[in-house]
Amino acid sequence: MDKLSQAQSELREMDALAAEDSPVHRLHPLCKLLVTVCYIAAVVSFPKYDFTGLAVMVLYPAVLFQAAGIPVRTCFYKLRIVLPLVCAVGLVNPFLDRTPMLQLGMVTITGGVISMVTLMMKGVFSLMASFLLIATTTIDSLCAALRKLHVPSILTTLLLLTYRYIGVMLEEVTIMTEAYKLRAPGQKGIHISAWGSFLGQLLLRSMDRAQELFGSMLLRGFQGEFFYADVPPCKPSGIVYTIACAGAFLLARLVPIASVLGGLFVG
Amino acid sequence: MTMIEFRNVSFSYDSGNPVVADLSFSIGRGETVGLIGANGAGKSTIMKLLLGLVTGEGEITVDGLPMNRQNLPAIRQRIGFVLQDSDNQMFMPTVYEDMIFGPRNYGVSKEETDRRVDDVLKCLGLQELKHRYNHKISGGEKRMAAIATILAMEPEMILMDEPSTALDPVNRRTVINTVNRLPQTKLIASHDLDMILDTCQRVILLAGGAIVADGDAETILRDRELLEANRMELPFCLQGRR
Ligand SMILES: Nc1ncnc2c1ncn2[C@@H]1O[C@H](COP(=O)(O)OP(=O)(O)OP(=O)(O)O)[C@@H](O)[C@H]1O
Ligand SMILES: [Mg+2]
Repeated sequence: MDKLSQAQSELREMDALAAEDSPVHRLHPLCKLLVTVCYIAAVVSFPKYDFTGLAVMVLYPAVLFQAAGIPVRTCFYKLRIVLPLVCAVGLVNPFLDRTPMLQLGMVTITGGVISMVTLMMKGVFSLMASFLLIATTTIDSLCAALRKLHVPSILTTLLLLTYRYIGVMLEEVTIMTEAYKLRAPGQKGIHISAWGSFLGQLLLRSMDRAQELFGSMLLRGFQGEFFYADVPPCKPSGIVYTIACAGAFLLARLVPIASVLGGLFVG
Repeated sequence: MTMIEFRNVSFSYDSGNPVVADLSFSIGRGETVGLIGANGAGKSTIMKLLLGLVTGEGEITVDGLPMNRQNLPAIRQRIGFVLQDSDNQMFMPTVYEDMIFGPRNYGVSKEETDRRVDDVLKCLGLQELKHRYNHKISGGEKRMAAIATILAMEPEMILMDEPSTALDPVNRRTVINTVNRLPQTKLIASHDLDMILDTCQRVILLAGGAIVADGDAETILRDRELLEANRMELPFCLQGRR
């Protein structure tokens, strides 16, 4: 499979993942959204040297990936492009902050190294939590949840249409490159002389298709707002889940759980 | 009672050449009319005019409602349109989601929508497609699914632009039988004259955006000279080949 069709099918795979069934999938989208926001806020707010405190936060994605039946591997695979970027953010810290913090035998660990690691952890954890949300919630119900939070419909509709539009554009690119390849055998990629017209065509074609698709939505009663997947009212279990998670995050953020536990055992 | 009325309608795309020229005709409620003509004769354009997707000069009324901005939602609600290109028709991830899109937008309850979906799929023999992904079904399957999405809306009038292209003989026959069972007003544009003969009582023959002939389907479709003058042939079933 070439890169394009792969991109296309990965996009659809996310749809497929979100359409599966598990206790996590069944949670109310609004609860999931709120919990994810709380989680990210908690993770990001940890002080930069609080490595152990932050480490505890891995429990949430770890447990939920299990419960949702999504292998963590899938998450890292799908995020393989952004993860290195997120990790690169902290790379300069060891050079800027050289205060010794910890002595492990001969090795001195500086504050910079610790803050680099915590920064990476923050990035990775937040990405994992967001991925979990997207992989267990269809884009429609996510938008419905946003609407419940009174996010203006123009924004949610924009989000939805953009999401669909990416697919349309990828489809057009696939069709065009296939047509090109068939008439340019033995060529690797698209010759630079054709780039201009290729891009122009792509833009025109995907705009045309977007227009046609939009027309066909209008013809089927679309009036500026998706009806969205039916979002039933939130069940008590969802509220309990949200409160419990938010409480746990707060606890983990305020109480140094790792050292408390350590203290229990070491005495 | 008239369902559709075109009075002196003219239209041209931005290139300036008139695509539809001073066109007048009307279609009665419950009629099934075939729209035939060479490539570029203006069949698809007439359908777009009827749905307010493009606007020209002259008067168009649908079910007594004159075509204008205020009436547009009401007009569109009455009409189901099967596009010439199914890729542009299906925009949700799965066939099922596409099928519920129309009814749910028009406020049909979830139970009723699901009942319609199952009925239509059964009628077209497509139960197996229900939860398939739109990008993972074949061209002909997509065509059938597109027809299904429109039937699930239960519109008062159905426009079909080339419904039989890409269909295998069995599916084509299913569509013909389904069309014949539907009580609604239907306007079918097609080059498949055999299908037109099987489904329509009346035929409108277009050339260059104007009506060349309008009348009984059998009479027009048996008129070899008329058809050949307009880049068409007798339907196969009337060619009497051995
Ligand atoms: N978007 C457009 N912009 C400019 N001209 C167009 C556009 N769409 C169609 N036309 C022109 O309008 C004329 C009528 O097109 P239309 O699509 O109505 O034909 P048709 O009868 O449906 O043909 P076919 O049998 O090939 O589907 C054609 O000459 C075509 O070139
Ligand atoms: Mg056409």
